[in-house]
Amino acid sequence: MDLAAQFEALSELARSGGELTFWQDFFVKFYQAFIESDRWLQYLEGVGTTLVVTAAALALGVILGSVVALVRVTHDQQRVGHKNPVLGFFNLICKVYSTVIRGTPMMVQLLIMSMVVFASSRDFTLIGALSLGINSGAYVSEIIRGGLMAVDPGQMEAGRSLGLNYTTTMFLVVVPQAIKSVLPSLGNEFIILLKDTSLITVIGGKELLYAAQGVMNRTYEAMFPLLGTAAIYLVLVMIFTWLLGKLERRLRQSDRR
Amino acid sequence: MIVAENLQKSYEGLDVLRGVSLTVNKGDVVCLVGPSGCGKSTFLRCLTRLEEPTGGKVYLDGVEVTEKDIDKTRAKMGMVFQHFNLFPHLTVKRNITLAPTRLHRMTKDQADKRAMELLERIGLADKADAYPSSLSGGQKQRIAIARALAMDPEVLLFDEPTSALDPEMVGEVLDLMRDLAHEGMTMAVVTHEMGFAREVASRVIFMDSGKILEENSPSELFDHPQNPRTQLFLSKVL
Repeated sequence: MDLAAQFEALSELARSGGELTFWQDFFVKFYQAFIESDRWLQYLEGVGTTLVVTAAALALGVILGSVVALVRVTHDQQRVGHKNPVLGFFNLICKVYSTVIRGTPMMVQLLIMSMVVFASSRDFTLIGALSLGINSGAYVSEIIRGGLMAVDPGQMEAGRSLGLNYTTTMFLVVVPQAIKSVLPSLGNEFIILLKDTSLITVIGGKELLYAAQGVMNRTYEAMFPLLGTAAIYLVLVMIFTWLLGKLERRLRQSDRR
Repeated sequence: MIVAENLQKSYEGLDVLRGVSLTVNKGDVVCLVGPSGCGKSTFLRCLTRLEEPTGGKVYLDGVEVTEKDIDKTRAKMGMVFQHFNLFPHLTVKRNITLAPTRLHRMTKDQADKRAMELLERIGLADKADAYPSSLSGGQKQRIAIARALAMDPEVLLFDEPTSALDPEMVGEVLDLMRDLAHEGMTMAVVTHEMGFAREVASRVIFMDSGKILEENSPSELFDHPQNPRTQLFLSKVL
């Protein structure tokens, strides 16, 4: 007997008041959650959206974070009494940005973005990616700022002493060294971001958890869709952790040259 | 060539330099000696405005050194640091060619050729493609000197170039500096190597608590120090 027929027979039995064994019950619910009406396709689509949103948010976060970090470090490295007022203005904006974003819950930010700022838009997935990127940027900026400040000040002095200007020294000497030290933390941020994409379900973003909720509403069964979702996130995170580990090992190898 | 006029520097009320005036002429090798914290490194760093002096002026070839044209000035004043400050992410050759090529002094090929000449000269041509982390301290410092020389500076400033080295590596760096001095390189050297100062310097400056206390030829200063503070210092270190 194939699975579909078995499922039909068992659900018929359950509907007519028959007792199912534990394994029969397990089978019916599992089939309902993943196989009936090709529901696994919904999860797959959800995973696709999750990954796209993560990538988009990460890209936005890294760009925003880098700009903010560079503005703040450049501002802080000016000499006392030589503060550039334009830079001071941008520094202030950056500070407000990271204070507000890091000081308010992500969920609230998502709701504000979808219901206040972009109240007329229906593209919730895009709004979700945008909010996540803006949120992530604030944290990434602190990671990168830490990385830039951790580079020995002697490196900047050496570059400047050779007659290179601040910007050239920053990009040719300081930034390449900072990148190496921030990659592990950025990888961590990436994993957090991947899991946080599940929050955009709240504003109607169609990612993995949204797909699971769709199935839950159809079948009135919560356990398998939720456990399945958790398992998928876990596998994704494990894959990325493994990839990051490989990357780190490669970077460390270049230290021993 | 370099004239410092009444240089002052204070950090939050602490006076590190209290009016230091010094003239370094072309071909001079001026050694600055003195106890730790006396302001000799700060003085050297004020010359290229790595530290900003709170008072006084510096002239290079008769032109006042200001923040505005500082990059051009620094290209003429090579600096060698206590901790070498080589760029760890670049090969030895790229360390040397980075500034000349970025500042369009030379094409990449010219810079590579010049770098190899310099490496040849310091006896490290075989390390051209190595990374700094694989070198000894003495090798690093010689490459740092080569990096400064690649810009064809008018003067080289040394900030305790041998203080971070293992004793057995001090010699190779001092030898190179001695050669440079004999070739007529203008140098200002902050150092604790009294033997080097006595042998190579054309003038020795003794500094303490932010002031120049004594300035003389090495033989006079080391053998017949006039200032009691100099006498006390030399009696401890010689």
